[in-house]
Amino acid sequence: MSTYYLNYLEELESEAIFILREVWAQFQNPVILFSGGKDSILVTHLAKKAFHPAKIPFALMHVDTGHNFPEAIQFRDDIVEKLGVNLIVGSVQKSIDDGRVAEEKGKNATRNALQITTLLDTIEEHKIDCAIGGGRRDEEKARAKERFFSHRDEFGQWDPKNQRPELWNLLNGKYFEGEHFRAFPISNWTEMDVWNYLTKENIEIPSLYLAHEREVVKRNGSWIPNSEYLVLEPNEEIVKKKIRFRTLGDITITGGIESDADTMEKIVEEVSTMRETERGNRSDDKRSETAMEDRKKDGYF
Amino acid sequence: MKIDKNQLLRFTTAGSVDDGKSTLIGRLLFDSKSIFEDQLAAVENSSKQKGIDGVDLAMFTDGLKDEREQGITIDVAYRYFTTPKRKFIIADTPGHIQYTRNMVTGASTANAAVVLIDARHGVIEQTKRHTFIASLLNIPHIIVCINKMDLVDYSEETFNSIVEQFEEFSSKLLIKDVRYIPISALNGDNVVNRSEHMSWFQGSPMLHELETLHISSDINKVDARFPVQTVLRPQRKGYEDYRGYAGRIASGIYRVGDEVSVLPSGFNSKIKTINAGEKEVEEAFAPMSVAMTLQDDIDISRGDMIVKVNNQPELSQEFDVMLCWLNNSPVKPRTKYTIMHTSNEQKAVIKDVVYKMDVNTFKRNEEDKDLKMNDIARVKLKTSHRLMLDSYRDNRNTGSIILVDESTKETVAAGMIV
Repeated sequence: MSTYYLNYLEELESEAIFILREVWAQFQNPVILFSGGKDSILVTHLAKKAFHPAKIPFALMHVDTGHNFPEAIQFRDDIVEKLGVNLIVGSVQKSIDDGRVAEEKGKNATRNALQITTLLDTIEEHKIDCAIGGGRRDEEKARAKERFFSHRDEFGQWDPKNQRPELWNLLNGKYFEGEHFRAFPISNWTEMDVWNYLTKENIEIPSLYLAHEREVVKRNGSWIPNSEYLVLEPNEEIVKKKIRFRTLGDITITGGIESDADTMEKIVEEVSTMRETERGNRSDDKRSETAMEDRKKDGYF
Repeated sequence: MKIDKNQLLRFTTAGSVDDGKSTLIGRLLFDSKSIFEDQLAAVENSSKQKGIDGVDLAMFTDGLKDEREQGITIDVAYRYFTTPKRKFIIADTPGHIQYTRNMVTGASTANAAVVLIDARHGVIEQTKRHTFIASLLNIPHIIVCINKMDLVDYSEETFNSIVEQFEEFSSKLLIKDVRYIPISALNGDNVVNRSEHMSWFQGSPMLHELETLHISSDINKVDARFPVQTVLRPQRKGYEDYRGYAGRIASGIYRVGDEVSVLPSGFNSKIKTINAGEKEVEEAFAPMSVAMTLQDDIDISRGDMIVKVNNQPELSQEFDVMLCWLNNSPVKPRTKYTIMHTSNEQKAVIKDVVYKMDVNTFKRNEEDKDLKMNDIARVKLKTSHRLMLDSYRDNRNTGSIILVDESTKETVAAGMIV
């Protein structure tokens, strides 16, 4: 280290570690929102670095739609055991059973919006004052306006037009009883940065991200994986394709792409030539132009 | 891609609807292939709905529903693009005076500011305002883009006369590094590629400047400052006696064995170990996040600062700052605000407003003492305890503060220590 500057990945890493430590210092009961997706895996990995040699001082919290990729759940349980952290699960199925929310009806029904109630209920039940997420500003236009420390009122709502200004490295995490924060340590990372870093650091991710022969069905221009929740339409048929997933969400709505990228290096290569955003295959974002902003205002991730 | 050497450059742009800022950003994103097809399709679609021919580039930068409806940027929007040489973060901010606070926010972390001038209009009030803010926030590099050169026949004379106007007013400001580029964002002249219409221009296109600006020296590497964020005490085997002081180095370089002082207590010790993540290192520098241990058992907590014995900041309870008021509700007299400075937090009162600054004319007003949203003023602060201070000119990280109003919990002001 004879040159005294960081490359961009090191600088992003240092920034994320700074934010994670700031969360720990400013909040009483923070958790990491963990979905089993690459972004939450990255955040967890960064937290490990931030507090080494101490253990990660946050519990992992998973909002379980009940429509999971089984592999993502296995991955979640393994990482919880390996790190020795607590796991909090908020169950959308339980919210439905308790009558807190009603299942959507129709062909394109999803549990996506239902997660909001479960998420906010779980935050309230466990008295969580900061939920750390893997949201990135390059993902979606409403997310481009997010702060590192993002305030939520007592109804869990985001007020994008009245956000606290965030200057230099001075983060204001003050709140009133009943309110909470979301923190986004990897705000400034792009999808490409995430893949470059995961590869460089040799971080394990669910093999769903790697291309593999899978059973899928073509729906709305995306390849939807076969699962126990899939209800076939009359003119749909299940086919086998070499598929990988760019994001891991609700299994009923997360589409995969045809790909030959079966190693991390090949994914980096593929992502660098990709011409569509990773959320382009998420039908939850396609509902309207402001679908993400609307959900975020209500308390979504 | 050789990522091991590529640096991160943050730059800010400010502008209004008509000066071509969105077109310029759109051009950079397009030509660096950072706009994806589904984003393009979504924007083409909404452009059509609004009855606009072709693509409304502003829509790439406006994210919120209100911004799209009104066609203006309200909040700071962050954009990302990468070239084989660097990763870039654009803090795109509105240029109107009522959004001064957003410009200040976007400028606070920038390495460079891109100031846009419409070649037909030359230097206007807004140009002065943006440049003033860039200078106040001590942005190390300023790139003045004289845009819409296609509308003035790519005239060298027009370019030269605007450069002259700029030099004249900016000589009153503290600016370290400024360069001028004649461009046409719409046609792509001198943005990514060299213009075929302005062979008289000897400089480089804008992107080339951004890729090659010397930014390694933007962070102060001389005055070592390490604000302690949190103390790591692992309750696990092999680490029973470990007390690691975790934080992000604000400036300077630290090596194992360095003689250090812990402020404000003033106890001295030596650095025993430095950890960057799991890795033990011999030296570390700003802006690395590290954890240090010291040879002696000293009581250290969040808000303390570890510095070199022979290079220390000033310890003071009363000092002057250039304050930008960020909140809708004006300054309340005799209110005790919470001041946040590095990882330290104390109470503070505004003792006096020395003068208010007119951001358009750079004139000082010593009569008007009321601070309202977007006002910039020199004030005298008094804090409940001593802070470890550097001037903002010397050190952006240890020379900056914010004020929080405890009755609303909101960030109401940002300040630069004079």
